[in-house]
Order: sequence, then C-alpha cells, then structure tokens
Amino acid sequence: MQTDLSVVRVMKKFQEFTAVDGVSFDVEKGKFFSILGPSGCGKTTLLRMISGFFEPTSGTIEINGRNMAGIPPNKRPVNLIFQNLALFPMMNVGQNIAFGLERQREKRNVIRTKTAQILERVGLPGFEKKKVDQLSGGQRQRVAIARSLILEPAVLLLDEPLGALDLKLREQMKIELKTLQSQVGTTFVYITHDQSEALVMSDHVAVMNKGVFEQVDTPRNLYSKPSTPFVARFVGENNQWDARVISLDERKGRVVAAIMTPEGHRFEARVQGQLTPGADIDLFLRPEAIVLEPDAAIEGLNRFSIIVRSILFDGANSRILARLPESDREIQISLPQTRQFDHITPGNRVDAGWSPESGMVFAKEKNRDSDPRRVTP
Amino acid sequence: MKPGIRWGLVIFISPVLAWLTLLIVLPQVDMFIMAIRAENSLGEMGFSLGNFKLFFLEPIYWRTFARTAIFSVLVTFLTFLITMPVAFYITKVVSPKFQGFLAVLVLMPFWVSELVRVYGWMILLRESGVINHFLLKFGLLDQPMEMLYNDVAMVMGLVYTSMLFMLVPLLSALESLDNNLIEAAYDLGGNVGSIATRIVIPHCLPGIVSGSIVVFMLTLGNYLTPNLMGGKNGLWFTEQIYNQFIASFNWNQGSAFGFLLLILSSGIIWLGLKLTHQRLGKVVQ
Repeated sequence: MQTDLSVVRVMKKFQEFTAVDGVSFDVEKGKFFSILGPSGCGKTTLLRMISGFFEPTSGTIEINGRNMAGIPPNKRPVNLIFQNLALFPMMNVGQNIAFGLERQREKRNVIRTKTAQILERVGLPGFEKKKVDQLSGGQRQRVAIARSLILEPAVLLLDEPLGALDLKLREQMKIELKTLQSQVGTTFVYITHDQSEALVMSDHVAVMNKGVFEQVDTPRNLYSKPSTPFVARFVGENNQWDARVISLDERKGRVVAAIMTPEGHRFEARVQGQLTPGADIDLFLRPEAIVLEPDAAIEGLNRFSIIVRSILFDGANSRILARLPESDREIQISLPQTRQFDHITPGNRVDAGWSPESGMVFAKEKNRDSDPRRVTP
Repeated sequence: MKPGIRWGLVIFISPVLAWLTLLIVLPQVDMFIMAIRAENSLGEMGFSLGNFKLFFLEPIYWRTFARTAIFSVLVTFLTFLITMPVAFYITKVVSPKFQGFLAVLVLMPFWVSELVRVYGWMILLRESGVINHFLLKFGLLDQPMEMLYNDVAMVMGLVYTSMLFMLVPLLSALESLDNNLIEAAYDLGGNVGSIATRIVIPHCLPGIVSGSIVVFMLTLGNYLTPNLMGGKNGLWFTEQIYNQFIASFNWNQGSAFGFLLLILSSGIIWLGLKLTHQRLGKVVQ
C-alpha cells in the first residue's frame, strides 16, 4: 500500500511550551485517519504543520514521498477544511469552488464542467449561483469539501468541521462524510475531540494527549484494548477503581492478576503491561461490561453488590448511577432497555458482576492529571 | 401608538432638524439665490445666469476646477494605496498587544491642528529646511533646492492630512475579516495578489468607499494645504471661491462657484458608488 502522508518525529515548540512532542505516523492512500484528543492536546498544531501554516521545530513531514519542509500552504498537495469552513461570503457557491482552479490558471470551460461535476458528487447539483448565506449547515459543509476536493489533493485535512452543527445533523454528516470519503478515495486526516466522530468514521484513530500519541489503532481495538489509562478514560465511558495486586498468574498464555480493592473485594482481571505483586493499580470497567443480577451459575465472574442511587434514563444509553455499600465509590452501569430491569428503583441493593476478560488493569500513574478533559494551556 | 413615544421622537429629532435647517439648508438656499443673481449693465441686481456663464468662459476657472477634481481623485487613490497595507499590518500581522499602540501612533499627529502639521512639512521641505540642510551637508546637493510650492509637495501634504480618515474605516473593515478566509484562500493556492483582490478588498469595499468619500470631500474642500504647500502656480478651486468672496467681494460669483463645487463632489461620489456597486446608506453605517 502506498503511503500518502508520513510524519516522522515532528515536534513544535512555542517558546517554552511544546505543543507537539515527537509525533510519528503514516497514513496509507485512501484511508480515513483521525486524530482524537482533548482541546489543547496539540492536534490543531499538528494539522497546521501538515497543511503548511506552521513549520515544525524538528522532524519531517512527507506527502507522496516528498519532503514538505519550506513549502508554503499554497504549493502543498493538501487542502484544509477549516473548523468554521471559511467559505468566501463575497462569492457564490460556484465561485467558491472555482477559486482553487482559477489560481492554477485552468481554462474557463474546464473549470465550469469540473465545478458542475464536483457539485453533483457532493449532492448539490445546480447550486453554482446560490449565495453562501443561503445554504444550510450541511450544505455549507459539502461546499467546503467540494472546494477542496476539486483540486484533487493527496490528503484532505479536516479540522473538526462538524463541531458547529446541531446533534441530528452531525450524526447524519458523519455517515455522509464516511460515504463520500470511500467514494472519492481521497485520504482524509480528520481531527476531533468527539470520540464518536472518530470511532464511527475512521479506519485508524490516533489518540493524542499533551503533544504525544498515546495509541494509534483501529477504533475497535482502541475501545476494547486501550494501551494506556488515558485512552481507557478518554475513549468511551469507563469506571475507574483503584486496587492492589495480590498475585499474578498465567492462565492460557495470558497474565491474570488477583487484585484487592480498598473495600475488600477480591477480583481477577486481565493485565496490560508489567506489574508486580503489591503494586497499586487502576482498574477500568466499561459500564456495559458490568452485568446486573448475574446468574449464580456463571463461574469465574467477579461479583459485588451495589446500591442504586439514581437511574439516568437516556434511551439506549440509559445508566444506573450506583455506589458501593461499603464506601462512596461511584459506579455507572448500563441499563439495557429490555424491561428486564424495570423493577430496579433508587435505594435498591442489586447484585452485579463482571467477567475477568472485560476489566482492564493498569499500573497506577504517577504525576499525571487524573482528568483527561482538563485543558492544557 | 402612544402619544408619549411621539414626544420622545420630537425631542430627540428637533435639535438635528434645527441644526440641519439653520446651518445647512438656509445658507445653501441663500447661496443659491445669490448665485443666480447678478448686476445688470445698469448696476441693478436681478436674475441672471451670468455667474455660471463666466465660469465656462474664463479658462482659468474651469481649468482650476478640473485640476482640483483630478488631484482630489488622485489624492484619494494614493491615500488608499498607502493606508491599506498599514491597516492590514496593524490588524492582521502585528500581535494583538501592539495593535492599539500602533493605531495610537498613527492617530497621534492628528492631535495637533492641520496648520501646525503643514508647517511641519514646510520646515522639512523649504529651501532652508531640514532635508536641504542634510543633503547639502552630505554633499548630495551643491545648492539648496526648492521642494515646496509644487504639485508633488501639495499632493504629499494632502495625502498626509487625509490618511487618518482612510485608516479608521479600513481598520474596522479589516477587523471584521475572518483570518480563516485569508488562510483558506492561501491553502487553495492563492498568492498575495489574488488574496488581496478576491478576498481582502471585496470584503473591505464598504470601508474603502466610506473612507474614500470622506477623504475625497475633505481634499476637495481643503483650503489650507494647497494654499500653503501648492504655492502660486498650483491653484485649488477653494482659493478661487475665497478670492471671489474676500478679494473681489463678489459674493454672487463666489456663491456660484461654491455651488459648482457642491455639484462636482456629489457627482464624483455618485459615480464612485455606481462603479463599486455600493449604496450610500450601507457605506455610511
């Protein structure tokens, strides 16, 4: 597979602040690659370096195998979709789309046919004469994409273009963007802080935090096998539970740890990385990994009790907000809307359990912020 | 509608109406009446278009008139050319910390009166002035050169006097230009020229037109700068009007000239608005 974009140990410093700290990744031709991270993690800086608005302090960026050092944005085979789309309000839709081709001194009739074709492709045929402010949010989105795609860039960079849309439209545009990308086959590099956008659309997602990539993986692996505690917290919901390793055991070629929580629960869980007995750990449990009222016959299940605090009804995403009987530790558990658990009301004591396979254990972090959504300057 | 609201309107609008009527409309009407009256051969005042006729018969009058118009347009254009990069630099290039400082720096000379500023230029440019002094000292000239009292000095003085009135509307127009638009155009392959002509200038057009109207009207009606820096062979039409009123004491002739100047400025502004597809109401906002 051909590599369209190759970023090697790229670093960007603003005075003392390091925005991007030695990031490396490759994007294959025709892939949808996302960079997911909280605001201030350096993802926009990275994107602006690829598009040419910033020069990296060190490291190289190659597009189609060509080193991009010193090449200004107007000479790079990449185009950027801005967060606010940046459609030119002084021009109509046709003029907006033709802007790039006119700069390449393309013939007038070629521009006209290409504009008509690209508008057709993004589902806006005959929109040339419309004014930008006559368009709806979704239509503006498509015009912005058409304006870039008409130049046939090697890589299309997208800077959270769905951020300004309302929820319903955003859901719809996610699917549209993904469909469009697979149709045109252009390599997309998409940055977002919305994990659902990244997971739904991407072939590969890089999770970025404080200027570094924590994990680059497929959306499925990112969710089921996070390699760092940050990824576990940032991608999807997770309950965090501190505990201590009692013993380590190898079973069917996998390391399983027996752990003890401060409340006195003894659990077994799968281990990520190196651990020694006696080490402090963080246990991550997905809300949907916890089973309510498990059958007593199931073997090897980690079992504990909870006291229901409240029920957060949100359709398919409904949750139980619970605490442990022994302490105030808060736990969220998915509540399947199968009517099976309709009898559960706040104040109830309910049995819960989880399989050792679905819990994730990481060595306790030292000197790291516990809140992933904290904005770094 | 409640009567109270009507009273409010009357209270707020009456000073404006009084000001307009007493200071603008009545004098103009009086001027117009004077302009269409002249002495006949018997020395009696009566209706006559002779004042206007004289303007077309005497080449010095209409030549000065045309000269004033052409130079005013030139000054307006030069002011725009010089101010646009300055405004762009202040709003888009410099870090926000220095924006206010730089704007004040440009504003500062306008705290002193126009007369003092023009004298400043005269001190620099005259035969025994600062520039001549240094040119002689460094041996670049053998004898002092007269740099004042020509058209170049006059245009320079007029541009300098007008800059502020172009800068302020341009600053606010550029302030409202989204930086992403410039970056998007750059990203799509635009260069300095195409970004300026396709993005920046179209966006700033209302500001450019409103600045140009003010600069043009101030230049056309300027008396001090052309008089002091333009010298004897560089006549300005306002000087002709002044001469008629003060030197010849021919108020009727002066009124006619004044009216012609009003028609000229209105005409050129109308033309400018038509050419740039702007509406006066929108531009003035």
